[in-house]
Amino acid sequence: MQKRALIPIVYILFLMTPIYWLVSMSFKTTNEILAGFSLFPQTFTLDSYIAIFTDPTWYWGYINSIIYVSLNTLLSVAVALPAAYAFSRYRFLGDKQLFFWLLTNRMAPAAVFALPFFQLYSSVGIFDTHLAVALAHCLFNIPLAVWILEGFMRSIPKELDETAYVDGYSFPRFFIKVFLPNIKAGVGVAAFFCFMFSWVEMLLAKTLTAVEAKPIAAVMTRTASSAGYELGLLAAAGTLTIIPGAIVIWFVRNYIARGFAMGRV
Amino acid sequence: MRTENQKAWFFVLPVLFLVAFNALLPMMTVVNYSVQETFGNNQFFWEGLDWFEQILRSERFQAALGRQFLFTGIILAIEVPLGIIIALSMPRKGFWVPVCLVLMALPMLIPWNVVGAMWNIFALPKIGMLGYFMNDVLGIHYDMTQDPLAAWITIIVMDVWHWTSLVVLLCYAGLVSIPDAYYQAAKIDAASPWSVFRYIQLPKIKTVLTIAILLRFMDSFNIYTEPFVLTGGGPGNSTTLLSIDLVKIALGQFDLGPAAAMSLIYFAITLAVSWVFYVVMTKDDQ
Amino acid sequence: MAEIKLSHLRHSYLPNPSGPDDYALKEIDLTWRDGGAYALLGPSGCGKSTLLNIISGLLAPSEGKVFFGEQDVTTLAPNERNIAQVFQFPVIYDTMTVRQNLTFPLKNRGVDEATIARRVSEIAEMLEVTEMLDTRAAGLSPDNKQKISMGRGLVRDDVNVVMFDEPLTVIDPHLKWKLRSKLKELHQRVQATMIYVTHDQTEALTFADEVVVMQDGVVVQIGTPVELFERPQHTFVGHFIGSPGMNVLPCDLKGDRAIFEGYDITLEGPLTARDGAPQIGIRPEYISVTSTGLPATVTKVADVGRHFVIDAIVGNTKLKAVSEHTAPDAGSSVHLTFKPDQTRVYRDGWIATEARK
Repeated sequence: MQKRALIPIVYILFLMTPIYWLVSMSFKTTNEILAGFSLFPQTFTLDSYIAIFTDPTWYWGYINSIIYVSLNTLLSVAVALPAAYAFSRYRFLGDKQLFFWLLTNRMAPAAVFALPFFQLYSSVGIFDTHLAVALAHCLFNIPLAVWILEGFMRSIPKELDETAYVDGYSFPRFFIKVFLPNIKAGVGVAAFFCFMFSWVEMLLAKTLTAVEAKPIAAVMTRTASSAGYELGLLAAAGTLTIIPGAIVIWFVRNYIARGFAMGRV
Repeated sequence: MRTENQKAWFFVLPVLFLVAFNALLPMMTVVNYSVQETFGNNQFFWEGLDWFEQILRSERFQAALGRQFLFTGIILAIEVPLGIIIALSMPRKGFWVPVCLVLMALPMLIPWNVVGAMWNIFALPKIGMLGYFMNDVLGIHYDMTQDPLAAWITIIVMDVWHWTSLVVLLCYAGLVSIPDAYYQAAKIDAASPWSVFRYIQLPKIKTVLTIAILLRFMDSFNIYTEPFVLTGGGPGNSTTLLSIDLVKIALGQFDLGPAAAMSLIYFAITLAVSWVFYVVMTKDDQ
Repeated sequence: MAEIKLSHLRHSYLPNPSGPDDYALKEIDLTWRDGGAYALLGPSGCGKSTLLNIISGLLAPSEGKVFFGEQDVTTLAPNERNIAQVFQFPVIYDTMTVRQNLTFPLKNRGVDEATIARRVSEIAEMLEVTEMLDTRAAGLSPDNKQKISMGRGLVRDDVNVVMFDEPLTVIDPHLKWKLRSKLKELHQRVQATMIYVTHDQTEALTFADEVVVMQDGVVVQIGTPVELFERPQHTFVGHFIGSPGMNVLPCDLKGDRAIFEGYDITLEGPLTARDGAPQIGIRPEYISVTSTGLPATVTKVADVGRHFVIDAIVGNTKLKAVSEHTAPDAGSSVHLTFKPDQTRVYRDGWIATEARK
């Protein structure tokens, strides 16, 4: 039993090493980083973080990311809820085909769509807005949200719906007052995965923005162009991008494993 | 079970509209490009299926496709067994479970270009931790900007680092759903640990494992940002995977026709492989 | 094959149990005769599954020992004890055929092919699953799956005991009796000790030669179905077995007689030395409506098919009586008589009268 525990421990150490490296680097001066290898910061400095939090281009990048990610999460879950309900409760013409078609959208390489997306969103006049990125990320997040929510909803017996109707609930009132509280966990898991995939996706986010809605990770490319590599700054910005995900995952830690297990193939 | 109700379509409409807006319009644009030739100035000429033929015959495409299959094959061969082994050796309950899950999920929550950038610095000789460790502690010459093999190894290790946890999480979810009685029955039947895995655990995690492999296949086949930031496709073309090549053609050279044709071929391959895999994995269930 | 002896068994799921309440099993001493058909009966959470898991070796007891014959098996693993267990939900190996399922425990023990083939066809025939032998086990109905999981225990001819942990939970009601009689028949054919855990008295009473009734981690009575019905050692047994259960009525004691609601009640015999709060225990079947006796008011009459169940009230105490053929109307005043040789006093729950010789 004890020997077996070694495997996850070694694996987690392997996962944490590069992250530790990034975090420790963010507290080093650029000179120290370029001078050679050191395991701990020799001269501990918060300069990189101060630079980020005092420069609007930097922290607005951060805020922009959070805005479009939240917008996308809200949008994806909101439209996925009724659709997942339909898939879990009713049979209708073309339901299976539709479900599979939704899933195929995860297979389309984002690189393929980058340019057409740029043209599409430019032509409808929302290029460089948070909405554009939020809408674009719906492409792969809605199918995922529908898939996860459908799994959770299927585990709720249909009798719940029928009892509510007998008790005189209208459909919207039933859905919000009775049904949603029962699939809280599912909504949490779906929201988490939408958040995650929207947060980590960069190609589309970068393509669809220029100035106004530029995401943090796109701002990061600045470190490469100006005056060589500002590695400390890059590391600090990188560290900051890990934090929102870490916070969100802590909230859903007991559900993440279940979320996928309940989806259907 | 489920009742027949055509009005259910109304529930699906918002999803349908949003996804179709994102999927169909750009797809039509791509199809449109793929059969035309442009010399700029918004002038287009009908090209028919020439681009497709050209792409399929081009050595450059074939090489990129080969590298893509090699990459996906290697990472699946590592991540799937490794993920299963880790999931099997994780504790089933207790304080450490959420801690393990959160720590393991962390790499998946880092923006992809940050992943690429951090591995790039991590691997730098002299100043990066991995580079320093390889060159100065172990004395193995390691420089991924010069050596294609080192570049490949770095990309693969990065992907294993980034995505193995997805397989772990899914398999773990499958494993915890196995009732204790199965393990007890196996003990009474004097089953070996291998039999327990082969006849109890593997059949029960098959569904989630299928999802894991499908997701890993699709995502690794479409991978772009991380390897692009890490190696930029180099040294030379040695790590130029399919989507990196595609973006080079489309945005670098602005050859929209060939790029579009290539996109469609690419998409078709992904779809076909996923479908075959899906059918093979689920055929026992019928 | 051997008799099974449990000696001073105690078990707690807590690492450091302090009081008796921390124990799921409180001091169990029991001997199971070789070849007997036993039922372990009690409500959910009474410790019967814990006891079962200790016998099978899935759980090590906190204190006490388990003997199979002369051998102390307390620390042996389940596969070293030669036991078989059938679980609440059918446990089968989905990817195997029925035949492979039945072969599996023998193969793992290195039994030779010829013996395996012989045993499997014997057991398959006994269970009436011969024609399914080469189908995939996953597609079977729950009752057939449960048969297969029984079969995996029975194919081994060296099993000391076969244990059933509420095996009929997921079986359709109309198949339950079928499987139950199959079990009974199997017991007669294979002659192995069988322990059947259930909270359903019908299942326990029809399957077992001897029933062990448990409550709160304690064995309250061991006896044949008739003994449990006729002479419950504890008010819990009286209440749990029988439908409706035994009446348990508050009373006072005066010498060797009981006073209930101001009336003298004749008991089956003299009181024993036991102490504690007294109660009268009498089954509804032994209370009859007569022309003289305890005055009572009928509050409700239910026709349950074979007989009538009469709810009545004497003074301030409610009780139930059973009448075979006729019943008074609800609301009417009647007189009740307790059958003396079935009227007992219980003190703190335990029987406190002796039958007259």
